[in-house]
Amino acid sequence: METIMEEKYMEVQAINRQTWPQRLKSYKRSPLSLILLVLVSLSALLTVLTLLFLIAYILVKGIPYLTPSLFAWEYNSENVSLMPALINTVIMTALSLLIAGPLGIFAAIYLVEYARRGNKLVSLVRVTAETLSGIPSIVYGLFGFLLFAVTFGWSYTILGGAMTLAIMILPLIMRTTEEALKSVPDSYREGSFGLGAGRLRTVFRIVLPSAVPGILAGVILAVGRIVGETAALMYTAGTVAGIPDNLFGSGRTLAVHMYVLTNEGLYTNQSYATAVVLLAIVVCINAVSGVIAKKVAGKNK
Amino acid sequence: MKNVKEQAMRIVFLVSACASVLAVAMICLFLFANGIPAIGKIGVFDFLLGEKWKPGNDIYGILPMILGSIYVTAGAIVVGVPIGILTAVFMSKFCPKRIYKVVKPAIDLLAGIPSVVYGFFGMVVIVPAMSFLFGGSGKNIATASVLLGIMILPTIIGVSESAINAVPSSYYEGALALGASHERSVFFATLPAARSGILAGVILGVGRAIGETMAVIMVAGNQARMPKGLFEGVRTMTANIVLEMGYATDLHREALIATAVVLFVFILMINLSFSILSRKADA
Repeated sequence: METIMEEKYMEVQAINRQTWPQRLKSYKRSPLSLILLVLVSLSALLTVLTLLFLIAYILVKGIPYLTPSLFAWEYNSENVSLMPALINTVIMTALSLLIAGPLGIFAAIYLVEYARRGNKLVSLVRVTAETLSGIPSIVYGLFGFLLFAVTFGWSYTILGGAMTLAIMILPLIMRTTEEALKSVPDSYREGSFGLGAGRLRTVFRIVLPSAVPGILAGVILAVGRIVGETAALMYTAGTVAGIPDNLFGSGRTLAVHMYVLTNEGLYTNQSYATAVVLLAIVVCINAVSGVIAKKVAGKNK
Repeated sequence: MKNVKEQAMRIVFLVSACASVLAVAMICLFLFANGIPAIGKIGVFDFLLGEKWKPGNDIYGILPMILGSIYVTAGAIVVGVPIGILTAVFMSKFCPKRIYKVVKPAIDLLAGIPSVVYGFFGMVVIVPAMSFLFGGSGKNIATASVLLGIMILPTIIGVSESAINAVPSSYYEGALALGASHERSVFFATLPAARSGILAGVILGVGRAIGETMAVIMVAGNQARMPKGLFEGVRTMTANIVLEMGYATDLHREALIATAVVLFVFILMINLSFSILSRKADA
């Protein structure tokens, strides 16, 4: 029965379809349609070509300079190694997530699972989170500088940089977690309550595990922002080109490293190579988040 | 015992939820406390409308930087918005599924590329091209506008596409039934219905452009003087902060923080209009 229906549907589609000569004729009658079609297609083409050109240009110019000495453990002005910066980036990412992850997820849990409808606090939290996500990174950087470097007297530190970034990614993690929690069906919660579990147990054993892919997608987006961030880190974590001994030392991440190299103007080739590494990281992050997003979408079906 | 744990965790969640409120309060407090006194010392009008920025002589007028930010952002809009909206229309109404699978990740990637990489690309590609085409150093308002226009594309495309998708298909079908072509139906029935959502996307793009720092520093020339033409170097408010914060002291530093206050007020206004518009789009 079903296949017959499908065939019929296909036939209906086929009747509706225009052949090329028919289309040309209708465009002749209405040139505006043709112009619009051309404009739309050209814009999309331009967008994609810009991206392709950017990536191709940087790859072609940068890959020849991806030499082993660029990945030496110690930085000096001869090898211009990006390894310390890469390790700093990993440390910075881990620290920021460690701070913002639990905070953002707990906040989302409160908003979705605990707060009553019409709670004044909830709308205040929403408004402030929205505000936070619109603040430019240089303002975060300046705030971090004033709070951690000046008021706390830490000077430039990895920890100060990580805390600044944590505030910056907090709204992102909150929002994605909130959406992930909301997409968990209420029947899960009701089932859990029905079996006698408390609210806390329901949240941690039932709701959170089923929301993990959505939360993970948010965390990965946050990693992308941390890796690419420069302005917020220059005056919080500083621009020292080595790995600090502890969290209260200064160190630059890969993006800051690249900015400093470019700014000095002496190491353009190494800047290209650093750009290649940054691009590679971003492509990986996007690929992983794509896979997870597909998983989430598949499950929601 | 169990009840205690429940209550304790409830409080932990509540405190976490307050983190973002606290963060906004702290940011406002620190910026305003450090910036407002400087504005008072310099004088509100001398600061906002002063045409000269000469920290060496204790002259702090940020009008050149305010105008710089506005010009560069306006340029980014001129470059990015038409292309962005048309691309969004393509993605939503013209794109075959097979092509969509390629274009969508490409635009996501465009959104994920760090601003330093954009700035570097602008420096090694767009700046020489501008210099070749129009003479001069190539570091000017036009260059920064083109680069920022590219950078805000993914934002505008993303928001506009979902706004267009949210328009009921009956609009499109109705126009089609009245004899309009596919293109006419999309542009004259669907698109107008999506306008407040698209406008919200544009405003979000404006926020991105005005707050962008690193990419602009690398291509705009950064001269702290009144911008005179499209092909003159310009310094934005964001660039002003990053360039001088490293060595500024006393009133100079406070003047830079005050610059951030002005930027922050701009952003707050943009955010406000964005949330009003997106609420209107939802309704």
